[in-house]
Amino acid sequence: MPKINELQVNGIRHTVSAEAEESLLGVLREQLDLTGTKYGCGEGQCGACTVLVDGLPRRSCITTVGAAAGKRITTIEGVAANGRLHPVQQAFLESGAMQCAYCTSGMILTAYAFLKSHAEPREAEIARFMEGNICRCGTYPRIVTAIGRASRMMKEARR
Amino acid sequence: MNNKSVVPELYEPERYEFYAGPFYRFELLKPDRRAFFKALGCGIVVVCVLRDARAFQESGRRRLGEQLPQEISAWLHIGENGRVTAYTGKVEVGQNIRTSLTQAVAEELRVAPGRIELVMGDTERTPFDMGTFGSRTTPTMSPQLRRASAAGRDLLIGLAAQAWKVDRAELVAADGKITDPKTRRAIEYGQLLKGRQLAQTIPAEDPLEPATKWTVMGKRLAKVDGEEFVTGKHRYASDITLPGMLYGKIVRPASFGATLASFDAQAAQAMPGVTVVRDGDFAGVTAPGSYLAARAAAAVKAEWKSTPQPSSKDLFEYLKQNPVEAKGWEGHSRHETGSVEKGLAAADHRLQQTYTVAYIAHAPLEPRAAVAEWKDGKLTVWTGTQRPFAVRSELAEAFHIPEDHVRVQMPDTGSAYGGKHTGEAAVEAARLARAAGKPVKVVWTREEEFTWAYFRPAGVIEITSGVRNDGTVTAWEFHNYNSGAAAIGTPYDIANQRTEFHPVKSPLRQGSYRALAATANHFARESHMDELAAAVKMDPLAFRFKNLKDARLRAVFEAAADKFGWGKAKSEAGHGFGLGGGVEKGGYVATCAEVGVEGGKVRIARVVTAFDCGAVVNPDGLRNQIEGANIMGIGGALFEAMEFENGRILNGRFSRYRVPRQSDVPKIDVVLVDRRDLPSAGAGETPIVGLAPAVGNAIFNATGKRLRSLPMAPNGLKV
Repeated sequence: MPKINELQVNGIRHTVSAEAEESLLGVLREQLDLTGTKYGCGEGQCGACTVLVDGLPRRSCITTVGAAAGKRITTIEGVAANGRLHPVQQAFLESGAMQCAYCTSGMILTAYAFLKSHAEPREAEIARFMEGNICRCGTYPRIVTAIGRASRMMKEARR
Repeated sequence: MNNKSVVPELYEPERYEFYAGPFYRFELLKPDRRAFFKALGCGIVVVCVLRDARAFQESGRRRLGEQLPQEISAWLHIGENGRVTAYTGKVEVGQNIRTSLTQAVAEELRVAPGRIELVMGDTERTPFDMGTFGSRTTPTMSPQLRRASAAGRDLLIGLAAQAWKVDRAELVAADGKITDPKTRRAIEYGQLLKGRQLAQTIPAEDPLEPATKWTVMGKRLAKVDGEEFVTGKHRYASDITLPGMLYGKIVRPASFGATLASFDAQAAQAMPGVTVVRDGDFAGVTAPGSYLAARAAAAVKAEWKSTPQPSSKDLFEYLKQNPVEAKGWEGHSRHETGSVEKGLAAADHRLQQTYTVAYIAHAPLEPRAAVAEWKDGKLTVWTGTQRPFAVRSELAEAFHIPEDHVRVQMPDTGSAYGGKHTGEAAVEAARLARAAGKPVKVVWTREEEFTWAYFRPAGVIEITSGVRNDGTVTAWEFHNYNSGAAAIGTPYDIANQRTEFHPVKSPLRQGSYRALAATANHFARESHMDELAAAVKMDPLAFRFKNLKDARLRAVFEAAADKFGWGKAKSEAGHGFGLGGGVEKGGYVATCAEVGVEGGKVRIARVVTAFDCGAVVNPDGLRNQIEGANIMGIGGALFEAMEFENGRILNGRFSRYRVPRQSDVPKIDVVLVDRRDLPSAGAGETPIVGLAPAVGNAIFNATGKRLRSLPMAPNGLKV
């Protein structure tokens, strides 16, 4: 079986030792101790394990390390730059868009990717894009509010 | 359920998981008992001694009948550095009590919330607590921490008065300082405490700041450690790692109650770094990584002896035909006033209907998880549980060791909703760790969580009623089979009533779920009230008011109806309006819903919930709970149901068990009825109970079709 020896995560090359077919989620969490990425269902249904692979949101539970090797992987730990929260993170706090917050990492990474391609989204567009991410606590309306707020913060910052 | 004859008043009948026997019975030997005690550093320690017997059972004492070295219910430490640490056995599962309890301490101690740390749910560091359930944190723990804080504040004022030789009545505590307004002298708490070790005991009756004077409570405070979560730094139980830790995987039985007939672990054992454990009907493996652990568990050849079991298809018949004796619950389960027969005779219309609710799963997004470590015969476990002290007992029992050899710590957890009252993963991890000689982590898969946790009880509810043409309900007979007794009584003023809860031999492992059976009982009652209103051609709201004296419940109905525009708003074609409400756990709720039924699809367009839980502690946190309860409630109301057959769950994954998503979310308006003149009740549960009946009644209003089974439209609705 082919082995994967290196992953590029949050801008850093990490040495790993994994079978190519192992899940990216397991390797991130167990070998790199990046536990901000969560297991929720193991079948790509809940979005708790969302990471960015070359900038696109991917379910790390059903993405193999083989498929992610050689690509740029971003996890929740890599979203805040130089100790400063990203506007999406800030907006989630300000909107109180969490309860238990177990879904929050996946929500933030999905929203982060969404806002790259939708600078001024309407609420309905946000809700549609976030359909694949489960929040069992039911903070969905606040998540939509937070992403809208983040888009305005980012627009302000671009000025 | 075992045969306990004495049932604590705080426990409700359907908390089956509290009384269930151990999950596993291991064949390990018992070592010796050892006592413990420990000291605290410089500063003030406030120990809260409780005199209230009811609170005694809940906090400050271990299991009933068992002695604690001290009967302490809460404590607080104010350090030389001015940092404040409050200790509570309550736990955080997303209800944001870490934040609301911080507000409570800040309010009475007059320090900024940012200087307060809460140590929660650690059996070695926090006073005993029965568990985080029943919406008890706000009505019981918050006042306890406030009393402890007020006592600490009084002591600090006394110290400053002594140092400055002034009358203590002249001094003011504010912003972490004692100030003398006359001389404008001020000293920080930490300064007053340098090198001192002071203990303060306080009575339970200490006066607290009335809600009308609150400055920190009663206002929004964002999740105190929110940044830990948005950055992914927070370690849930499933994120804890220890040096040398292994990953465990349980070899699950083929069906519920199956026993191991044959076991061949040769192939698994041959894998590098794999340990196989078998103890009775428990079997599991450990490996250096979860990928290998899963492969090893799959390589174990286990044959299971199964027994035939009921299926979800025949569920409601089964529930009616399999009663069990209500040992210990008799007083709780039956209630009668007047004569139902006379009431029925006096009625112009009589109605008899049956309502059903399915088994549903909590499906907390973080499944059960635990890390266990043995050191010198002592066991330390990190796990996501609502009852760390009960899990400690579970572990002590499973491993035949004294409770003081077990420490359970509960990191803030990825939700629970009443579904994490037990310690299965903790026991499993500890058993595997014991065999492997290294720390072990066990994280349940989604399928395991859907299968081996416990479910919200299914039930059958039968109502017989009578109503006069003027809208007076004259008779009310209510029977609940299995789903539970919570909120089984009607808040309406009906002269002739009989209510009874009938326990049943449940085909599935069942237990607490957010609001317990209040959801089922409210669905049945509020649907039935709607049917009675229709029978006498009255507006559903006017019909309720005709039979309702309770001023607080009337007030929330009025508030919700007003915001919703009840009686004024015009519905679109295919849309209907409905409402439902009630009282439970000190909370008064009324919910109005607008539902559209188009092309067989049911869509909730709008929900208004008015809620009164006394004085509001954190309005934004409360709104968050009410919105979340409504959204979670959509699943149970419309589409969630466990399917099972012969001891197997058939739909135990998110691709087969639909939970609410963004597209299910209606516009939600929350009206808070803030009663500053009344003590605060808990709010995490009760707001869920109004949604299902409001939606069902709105569907009836839209289509003329009456739906009496939860979920109401698992596959849409044919009209």
